[in-house]
Amino acid sequence: MAGFAQQVVEGMGAGAIYAGLALALVLIHRFTGIVNFAQGELAMFSTYVAWQFMDAGLPFWAALAITLTVSFTGGMLIERVVIRPVEGAPELTMVIVTVGLFIFVNAAAGWIWSFLIKDFPNPFPDGALRAGGVAVGYPTLGILAVVGLVMGLLYLLFRHTGIGLGMRAVAADPDSARLVGIRVGRTLALGWGLAATVGAVSGVLVAPLLFLEPNMMGGVLIYAFAAATLGGFDSPAGAVVGGLVVGVAETLAGAYVDVVGSDLKIGVPLVIILVVLLLRPQGLFGRATVERA
Amino acid sequence: MSETANTANTASTANEAAAEPAEVQAPGRDASGEPGSWGARLRDAAVERWRPIALAALLLAACYAPFQLVPFRVFQLTMVLVYAVALLGLNLLVGHAGQISLGHGAFFAVGAYAAALMLDRWDVPYLLTLPVAAAVAFVLGLGLGVPAVRLHGLYLALVTLSIAVFLVPLLKRFESVTGGSMGLTLTKPAPPAWTGLAEDQWLYFLALAVAVAAFLLARNLLRSRVGRALHAVRDNEAAAEVMGVRLPFYKTLAFAWSAMFAGAAGCVYTWVIGFVSPDSFPVTLSITLLAGIVVGGLGSLSGPLLGGLFVMFVPSWSQDINKAAPGVIFGLLIIAVMYVAPTGLAGLAGRAAGRIRRTLRRE
Repeated sequence: MAGFAQQVVEGMGAGAIYAGLALALVLIHRFTGIVNFAQGELAMFSTYVAWQFMDAGLPFWAALAITLTVSFTGGMLIERVVIRPVEGAPELTMVIVTVGLFIFVNAAAGWIWSFLIKDFPNPFPDGALRAGGVAVGYPTLGILAVVGLVMGLLYLLFRHTGIGLGMRAVAADPDSARLVGIRVGRTLALGWGLAATVGAVSGVLVAPLLFLEPNMMGGVLIYAFAAATLGGFDSPAGAVVGGLVVGVAETLAGAYVDVVGSDLKIGVPLVIILVVLLLRPQGLFGRATVERA
Repeated sequence: MSETANTANTASTANEAAAEPAEVQAPGRDASGEPGSWGARLRDAAVERWRPIALAALLLAACYAPFQLVPFRVFQLTMVLVYAVALLGLNLLVGHAGQISLGHGAFFAVGAYAAALMLDRWDVPYLLTLPVAAAVAFVLGLGLGVPAVRLHGLYLALVTLSIAVFLVPLLKRFESVTGGSMGLTLTKPAPPAWTGLAEDQWLYFLALAVAVAAFLLARNLLRSRVGRALHAVRDNEAAAEVMGVRLPFYKTLAFAWSAMFAGAAGCVYTWVIGFVSPDSFPVTLSITLLAGIVVGGLGSLSGPLLGGLFVMFVPSWSQDINKAAPGVIFGLLIIAVMYVAPTGLAGLAGRAAGRIRRTLRRE
């Protein structure tokens, strides 16, 4: 039993990371209706920025603060330069453009920092908290706490600030929002900046576990997609719940289902995506949309 | 199937009939006092029927090239043809039916492994592996097409991408069948003695034959009612449905056809390389294929060939600058193409050809 509980805890640790990236995906999807295939790569790039600052001798938290600022600005810039020209284009165009961004950012990171793996310091202390035969590593607790904090901050931003209200208005109906005087373009850019920042947090959390290299986020992105699909692509809370469920499901499947083992775990998100899309396409917490042709 | 062939036939006869008056008119113009030199008549003929002439010239050049180039270049051209066949399939799906796939490398891999297994286990004559590999990919595409019908746009992209990601560990896992990470090494098809060709040349001509057949098949398919139905689905699903196009049927079919072309390309890949391993078909292959068809030209017949050239040669040239340079170029070009030239290189070439024709006419 303790073994099982241990697996669940470890799954939640992994799930919190997926939740972080899923949160970033959901943020952009809510505001712009785009699923950003480059989200993982942007997070990876941000992590390299953090690494660069630490390499230059800055302490971890200072490097993190600078990285988040850089990511926020970068995200806004990408929205302005790359996404704005194709705003309102068909879904196919959007997917292709973000895939192009994916390839570009991945290669650019390889160009700047080479494809060799780099060590990334863990901000959380080693060791574990023991309770009832279950050991919860401090890094796991730290990741859960950070994702919870990000979640709480986003909630405060959306529910209790004027900017958040504007953002929700734009998400609900860009045309009406524009009519009441909200600067839609700026709000969309803000959404991308915010998503890039959240993504950067998830990248920095992942890096100590997976080693820093340009393809670091490729696998995580699939899990984040599964998490966002499960939670519903327009629900931030759903993304977090989805992330935790995916993480736990993956760990348990790897540990207890012989066919899956450790090497076929990547099949778990695929199965989750397929099942959710076929049974409940809007996800657990998402709203079903009525389509009009 | 016979219906498809029939419609295609009528389409081509109609085309010839349309071309006829133009030919009659050219001498007529000579009689009405214009300088009727042979050069002018030849020029007129070239302007009116430039397309078949260009195609014939291209085919001639393609047949001549392997005798003039070193084996490595011949190999590169062979790979261009392999990619072109796969891109032809992807084009059918993305360019003509408006559905997306980020996992076409998976169908390519399935075709390649199907051929490799047949050659390795049962010593099947290699020419027989082509239809079987294509059929296996077709059936798989049909199976995946069923859930794909219920998904669209980004969800389809998600599912196909995760299939491509899942494939590599899956191939490694079933080691007893696929040879695991070590892969399978095969003997390449040997050229028959009567041809007097070297191995690389023979492989090139095999690939060329498959590519030409695939192009003809795709062309006839697109000129048939299937092609028109796919275009209708792409342009406006609701309108297509109202006109009586059965959406699920045609979307599934598009998926299956497109998988079939990718599978055939994978089979030829196995012949040419003589080795398959899970790491030959990473996710980047799928993404590279999408990049190739977007840059080559979505929805055009020459797009896949141009895309194949692009996918083959841009990385090998730019790799000298930096290992990451191909990715940077691919990424930038995809975005740039979506902004300024949604029809890709093929569209640009078409525009240039149109301009040349107009200039020639005006003279």
